Amino acid sequence: MEKFETFTGIAAPMPLVNIDTDMIIPKVFLKTIKRSGLGVHAFDEMRYDRDGNEIPDFVLNQPAYRKAQILIAGDNFGCGSSREHAPWALADFGIKVVVSTSFADIFFNNCFKNGMLPIVLPQEQVDILMKDAERGENARMTVDLEAQEITTSEGEVIKFEVDAFKKHCLLNGLDDIGLTLEKAAAIDSFEAKARAERPWV
Amino acid sequence: MTAPKTLYDKIWDAHVAHEAEDGTCLLYIDRHLVHEVTSPQAFEGLRMAGRKVRAPEKTIAVPDHNVPTTLDREKGIDNEESRIQVEALDRNAKEFGIHYYPVSDVRQGIVHIVGPEQGWTLPGMTVVCGDSHTATHGAFGALAHGIGTSEVEHVLATQTLIQKKSKNMKVEITGKLKPGVTAKDITLAVIGATGTAGGTGHVIEYCGEAIRDLSMEGRMTVCNMAIEGGARAGLIAPDETTFEYVKGRPHAPKGAQWEAALAWWKTLYTDEGAHFDKVVTLRAEDIEPVVTWGTSPEDVLPITGVVPSPEDFTGGKVEAVRRALDYMGLTPGQKLTDIEIDTVFIGSCTNGRIEDLRAAAEILKGKKIKVKRAMVVPGSGLVRAQAEEEGIAQIFQDAGFEWRLAGCSMCLAMNPDQLSEGERCAATSNRNFEGRQGYKGRTHLVSPAMAAAAALTGRLTDVREMM
Repeated sequence: MEKFETFTGIAAPMPLVNIDTDMIIPKVFLKTIKRSGLGVHAFDEMRYDRDGNEIPDFVLNQPAYRKAQILIAGDNFGCGSSREHAPWALADFGIKVVVSTSFADIFFNNCFKNGMLPIVLPQEQVDILMKDAERGENARMTVDLEAQEITTSEGEVIKFEVDAFKKHCLLNGLDDIGLTLEKAAAIDSFEAKARAERPWV
Repeated sequence: MTAPKTLYDKIWDAHVAHEAEDGTCLLYIDRHLVHEVTSPQAFEGLRMAGRKVRAPEKTIAVPDHNVPTTLDREKGIDNEESRIQVEALDRNAKEFGIHYYPVSDVRQGIVHIVGPEQGWTLPGMTVVCGDSHTATHGAFGALAHGIGTSEVEHVLATQTLIQKKSKNMKVEITGKLKPGVTAKDITLAVIGATGTAGGTGHVIEYCGEAIRDLSMEGRMTVCNMAIEGGARAGLIAPDETTFEYVKGRPHAPKGAQWEAALAWWKTLYTDEGAHFDKVVTLRAEDIEPVVTWGTSPEDVLPITGVVPSPEDFTGGKVEAVRRALDYMGLTPGQKLTDIEIDTVFIGSCTNGRIEDLRAAAEILKGKKIKVKRAMVVPGSGLVRAQAEEEGIAQIFQDAGFEWRLAGCSMCLAMNPDQLSEGERCAATSNRNFEGRQGYKGRTHLVSPAMAAAAALTGRLTDVREMM
């Protein structure tokens, strides 16, 4: 996994609440056996008409937001299915950070596994970022994970919380499986104990 | 004396293989269920790293999302990508030596129906699957939740999941359900009350008389949709109903092991005085047969209601409702029972079990459908066989339903079972998201009995008028 580094980028406003995983990546694109190449299909049914033409109103089709790296979204972003194709599609599009008042748990976890940072903020602060994002491509925000800060285009600094372990993994681009395998002895001894206590499992 | 624990606390504590100082745990996984859509990249990851499946005996795979449900499916899958995905699972199951129910096996079906049916799911277990509806298995008092593909790979390689403990939430349904009201109405009513983010960060324990009164099938329906309420998992404490269901299943413990298991399972309940971070209580008597009118499972109303107006809501929901009504082609103030239905779908991991088919058949018996098309997709080959034996299949067919083979089918429409643009469906599945059942398709979530009632009248209908 690539290391998550401080960057300055364009933020796209998506104020709709309950943006679900079927919206982020419709099921027709779940048939792939790869992780890559889904960016062109991110938000497919909102982004293209039936003939594959872009729908100009959709935010990521607007000239100002075509290269967005940050999404400022409505409540409960990523609700629905466990499909990791959703963060794969967003990451492949170029999204590195999603900000909302809340995320669905599975989507939230899936983001971290793919080098993406989901940030939860109170409504008032999401509103500030939403307003800033609406100003288009000149409104570039800076996300500094180390300092846990987002800086708006006008220099306003907003602090955010992040789980320490997840932050460590993102900053260092660490592979979870490798880390867990370092604890193989603990798993072995748990397994032996569980087998004795619950042999029917 | 130790502090009183919730059911979730007890199962959690019994599965922590390692805990770091910051509370990040390695949770040991007892059962890992696998299907073809969310696993190919995980197996590929193992192969690339030269890793094996750590506990193949605890790993069970079945193709369900992509498989055709038409009777001629042995001829193979037409769609190339779907075929490749199912073939990849065939190959991976063989290569990594995991339990497998291929399409040709009569036991094949939706992973969340096959697991319990075969006795893989047992009380007190941790169960994961790369599928959000893994919550279903919570009906057994198992801690069961959906995971992403990276986590699937992590569990395959290590048999553990990196987790922090969720909060405890109690959803109590007091009293008795009225006639015509089912488990599906309970679970939708709860989501209607709490919202689709109401359970976020929590594990829900469902309890109360109305939950106790449910069969295992009904409990699975309730827990299945815990994820629709945002919860990581839903749980119901195991009791005699649970033990009765589990006993004698192919992979359930037997003899002395059964007795030992039973003794432990009987300790799996929430202690008196245990702390819940959030409590929601509904009276069963207040729950009516419900339907969804919008594009989120929280958009739910009693069938006696009318389509709401965006102005009835506040905040970001106003725009979401405007968009939903436009998508659904509905007008505020319209009676729900005036909404005409084109298609009826009975099936899915929410409502594809034998009891669901019985409930629908009860309403359909001796009658004919008025909708353009109606299909029943049993949740597994064994459910299908049982329904045929009980004469239920014949009732469906006589009424004009298509009688299909097992799979996820039109719940998410990854196979050819899809709605066309503007087609309106009463469905017993779990999501009414935009495009869920087909591009621009319109979904109303209902119970099996309500789906059957809609099939007979051609509009959303209060099933109580037919009882």
